[in-house]
Amino acid sequence: MKAPSFAYAKPSTLAEVFELLEKHGDGARILAGGQSLIPSLNMRLSAPELLIDIGGLAELKGISIERGVLRIGALVTHAQLGASDVVKKHAPLLAEAVPHVAHPAIRNRGTIGGSLALADPAAEYPACALALKAVMFVEGRAGQRQVEARHFFKGLFETDLRPGEVLVAVEIPAQLEGERSVFLELARRHGDYAIVGLAAFKGAETRFAFLNAGPTAVLAKNTALKKSLAEAKVALKADLDPPADLYNSSATKLHLAGVLLERAWNALST
Amino acid sequence: MEHALDITLTVNGAQVGRRVAPRVHLVDFLREELGLTGSHVACEQGVCGACTLRVDGEIVRGCLMLAVQANGCRVETVEGLSDTQELAKLQKAFHDRNALQCGFCTPGMLMAAQDLVKKKTKVSRDEIREHISGNYCRCTGYQAIVDAIEDVIQHG
Repeated sequence: MKAPSFAYAKPSTLAEVFELLEKHGDGARILAGGQSLIPSLNMRLSAPELLIDIGGLAELKGISIERGVLRIGALVTHAQLGASDVVKKHAPLLAEAVPHVAHPAIRNRGTIGGSLALADPAAEYPACALALKAVMFVEGRAGQRQVEARHFFKGLFETDLRPGEVLVAVEIPAQLEGERSVFLELARRHGDYAIVGLAAFKGAETRFAFLNAGPTAVLAKNTALKKSLAEAKVALKADLDPPADLYNSSATKLHLAGVLLERAWNALST
Repeated sequence: MEHALDITLTVNGAQVGRRVAPRVHLVDFLREELGLTGSHVACEQGVCGACTLRVDGEIVRGCLMLAVQANGCRVETVEGLSDTQELAKLQKAFHDRNALQCGFCTPGMLMAAQDLVKKKTKVSRDEIREHISGNYCRCTGYQAIVDAIEDVIQHG
């Protein structure tokens, strides 16, 4: 189908974005890469009065590393993330997740900020953000605030972003020597939505963040505390309660989550 | 036209200026305003790849980008790459290998395939499949398409 009618603005400063958000309230939507928003407009699942295209804001672009922290601007595309040597070196988990995000033509437009702010339960980055203890940098008229990933994802397509706020960047502690991570995903066809996926990290603390296994990305907290794989697989059954979808029952997803846990466990301990 | 905006962009090397409604996506703009009907429209939700275009040198979904977002951009379509002969080898290989039947997916398939041809000098069949995983073909079963792309990359 075709999108309904809406107005379009392309501000050149964040201040203008905040002004437009304040003026239009719920009627305005932020347009970043548009790879989720435009399909939802085309399918008429969403009918905003105004799209605020933030694509022109240079301060939301770019990847940098400073004092052991990797900072990724909200407008960095999947393709840029995947091609970045800095990301490969300091957040290999994210680099590993990129090829699982849709297809090349979509990765050229879609952004990390858009994906995190949308909080699709099947998306790769929210799980990575939980596994890597990422911090979201959120800005609004009242100023900037920082939100830890574990407080940012609240539910199905629901985040801690308040009306009038924009996600401007995400910061990730750079992976240290001896720390390890692995990203695994099961999908019927390359680039399709995951049946279930896992972003796993092992350092001083171990974290298993599952995607498409709950209303939002989920940290399997008790699983991560177990000393043996057998105990972890038992704990996983209590940590996760994946909703069934059109093709897979909850039990199937839970089984497959266990398969990924085993693969990740082995990958992280060898 | 409600909320219409003026845009200028380069399409296949020619400067184009038009007034468009924000709701019009880029592939509809190219097809309906400019008569460039080589890029096809099918799913309009980013799944099928029939509308694959090149914007500022990188492939994108023509149905997932608004024409107003292409303001100031360099857009290339299958017509443009065909005219400059950039697609000549792929077109011949598709023909030789019978890599199309109804032809509906072919323009998008060529655009996605050329993106790989342009970037790689050596490639596995798995990589080819991965690169065209976002382009649906309902006739060929893909085997012949992978053959054609492999021919061009391995043998030039």
